[in-house]
Amino acid sequence: MLGKTAGGLFWMFRYLERSENTARLIEAGFRIALTRPAGDDDEWHSVLQTAAASNLYYQRHEELDAAKAIDFMLRDKSNPSSVLSAITEARQNARLVRTAITREVWEAVNDTYMLMKDALARPVRPRDLPEVLAMVRQQSALVRGSMAGTMLRNDIFDFSRLGTFLERADNTARILDVKYYVLLPSINQIGSSLDNVQWETILRSVAGQRAYRWLNQGESNPMGIADFLIFDGRMPRSLKFSVAKMSTNLRYLAEQYDQRHASHDQIDVLNARLSNATIERVFEDGLHEFLTDFLTDIARLGGQIEQDYRFLG
Amino acid sequence: MSDTTQFFDEMTGGADGARPPYSAYDAWFSGEDLTELRKKSLDAEAFFRRTGITFNVYGEAEADERLIPFDIVPRIISGREWARLTRGIEQRVRAINSFLYDIYHRQEILRAGRVPVELIAKNEAFLPQMIGMQPPGGVYTHIVGTDLVRTGEDEFYVLEDNARTPSGVSYMLENRETMLQMFPELFSRIKVQPVQDYPIQLRRSLAACAPAMTTDTPTVAVLTPGIHNSAYFEHAFLADQMGVELIEGHDLRVVDGRIAMRTTRGYKPIDVIYRRIDDDFLDPLNFNPDSMLGVPGIMDVYRAGGITIANAPGTGIADDKAIYSYMPDIVEFYTGEKAILQNVPTWRCSEADSLAYVLDHLEELVVKEVHGSGGYGMLVGPAASKKEVAAFRKKLEARPGNYIAQPTLALSTCPILTKAGLAPRHVDLRPFALVSPQGCTITPGGLTRVAMKKGSLVVNSSQGGGTKDTWVLEE
Repeated sequence: MLGKTAGGLFWMFRYLERSENTARLIEAGFRIALTRPAGDDDEWHSVLQTAAASNLYYQRHEELDAAKAIDFMLRDKSNPSSVLSAITEARQNARLVRTAITREVWEAVNDTYMLMKDALARPVRPRDLPEVLAMVRQQSALVRGSMAGTMLRNDIFDFSRLGTFLERADNTARILDVKYYVLLPSINQIGSSLDNVQWETILRSVAGQRAYRWLNQGESNPMGIADFLIFDGRMPRSLKFSVAKMSTNLRYLAEQYDQRHASHDQIDVLNARLSNATIERVFEDGLHEFLTDFLTDIARLGGQIEQDYRFLG
Repeated sequence: MSDTTQFFDEMTGGADGARPPYSAYDAWFSGEDLTELRKKSLDAEAFFRRTGITFNVYGEAEADERLIPFDIVPRIISGREWARLTRGIEQRVRAINSFLYDIYHRQEILRAGRVPVELIAKNEAFLPQMIGMQPPGGVYTHIVGTDLVRTGEDEFYVLEDNARTPSGVSYMLENRETMLQMFPELFSRIKVQPVQDYPIQLRRSLAACAPAMTTDTPTVAVLTPGIHNSAYFEHAFLADQMGVELIEGHDLRVVDGRIAMRTTRGYKPIDVIYRRIDDDFLDPLNFNPDSMLGVPGIMDVYRAGGITIANAPGTGIADDKAIYSYMPDIVEFYTGEKAILQNVPTWRCSEADSLAYVLDHLEELVVKEVHGSGGYGMLVGPAASKKEVAAFRKKLEARPGNYIAQPTLALSTCPILTKAGLAPRHVDLRPFALVSPQGCTITPGGLTRVAMKKGSLVVNSSQGGGTKDTWVLEE
């Protein structure tokens, strides 16, 4: 397949994943804002930081304000992480790789774009927000489903999956990193209701609150949450899971092309690090440092894949 | 032309009841509910949007991907009518290929004085780089989309021979797909010849024109100017339907004397390029040096027999509007037969007598730019205001050689569905012919373009025209 097409698929699925992640972030932020004292917009600062969009936000707005933050994350075209930007980019890439995807997948993406463009044509009222955010999640599920049901399991599929899981690993690591201080042991706040809300938000942003409760008899604790999101291979948005998936898809590519690249060595290192480490070690060495390293490695891996498979020439 | 002019209506033929090709459809239609059918029209629009069958309008924002209006009443052609049309098209396509070979080799037709030398020598569409060049398989025009109009029961005219990169075939296919989804019962009642094989035939036909040096199954690819081109949807659609790569200039380079595309596993040579970019942009080394769309050096590879370019560069000389007026001679010269399909009488404004006549009759004539396309830069005399005619007169007097004129044809009408029921609108027809060393294949059907505005004779999509599914009935 063409290098350009591989790149288009990779980015199409990164953007799709991003649109869903942004929607979940907004959802979590919206929820926490409802359960906290009036005038406290701190949560939106975390949301913007997680999306690596806070600088841009402050260039456009003087102060932090829930309505503005929501609008910025939902609809602002100058924000590459906004739901609308991400979906527009995903669809643009889908047009570029139209020959590599089935009609079903294309129509699912195109439908998503048309629906969201319409729904986000004007500011969304708070009362409509849940519905709009649910639509993003449902549409992502539609794309994923048509992908699973109609696409050949070949290099096209592998590049798509690499985009999905690279973006996902990046997103989960960012959520943890922005909130890492909440997860650090602290004498004062342990068990306070504020902590519970914060932890809940982290889990919500990755759709993991229910799963976590089932696995932990309903009890939340910071180390447990970090462990769950970093090391639990059963959790589909954990770092371990995402890295394992990338590792598998890169291996398939190596087999199909009969060719190993530098990106294979990089993913092996990442994989090994996650397999050998424990959450206790990570907390000992510094959660923030661990996450910073991880984010750097993931970015480097993305660049290496792009080079190895000639996305740009 | 006055309002009382009678136009040939393909459904009624001007009489009560339907002409035979339409009788089964007419019977079905009279049992249908108008409101229901109108609703179906809206469904069709949603279907097109969803599929992404849109075109970009130049100069408009990215958001403006437009739909070409689709009308749900099919345009129906009988098997007998079709047989005659295909004979005529085939004859014409054969003549065009012989003409191109001749023009780029011995130029017998010029020596015989049947076509004036200046017309070729001074023509921008004539590519000196093609002189003496033997295209693989001897084919110049791999894909031709002949524009036909009808004025009566047995009167068909060729309006244009699109021998460069004719577009619109995706509409032929998608319109049929839409009709099959919306009216399955119609297709069980009426035996319509299928068009769905076109992409497979196209691939086969292109592969059959691969360079002699190709040993394996030929690698075919579609070359597009990119995602912002107005016909990008069609390029992607055809590549997808053929199962071949859709490439842009920056995916390609010359490797070991071949044109190769950058794949995830390195550069891979291509044998046949179905290019959807103009000659001028094909090769910045040989043509327009500013082109970012083409491949530097592709002409050199082509001349060395390393690649097939479809259609061949330089075919524009055959569908130039000034050459058009010589087509009856050209057909006769190369086939030894009279042209089966008529030409529209054409005044060449480069000739003094003709120019004088045209200037005197501007209000009645259609005047076109020799190199124009898409309905731009033309004057439809009867529809134009006094001011428009006066403005055009100035342009014509300044550069007469740039124009030809034709009588305003009484284009046939087909009904479209409006709020008030069926209403006649003018149509044309573009069937698609594929040429390979094995022969000429014409898909039974084509693109019917329809002027959606009452009384309008301009069917171009860039000017508000729509499309219809075109049915060729089984014999």
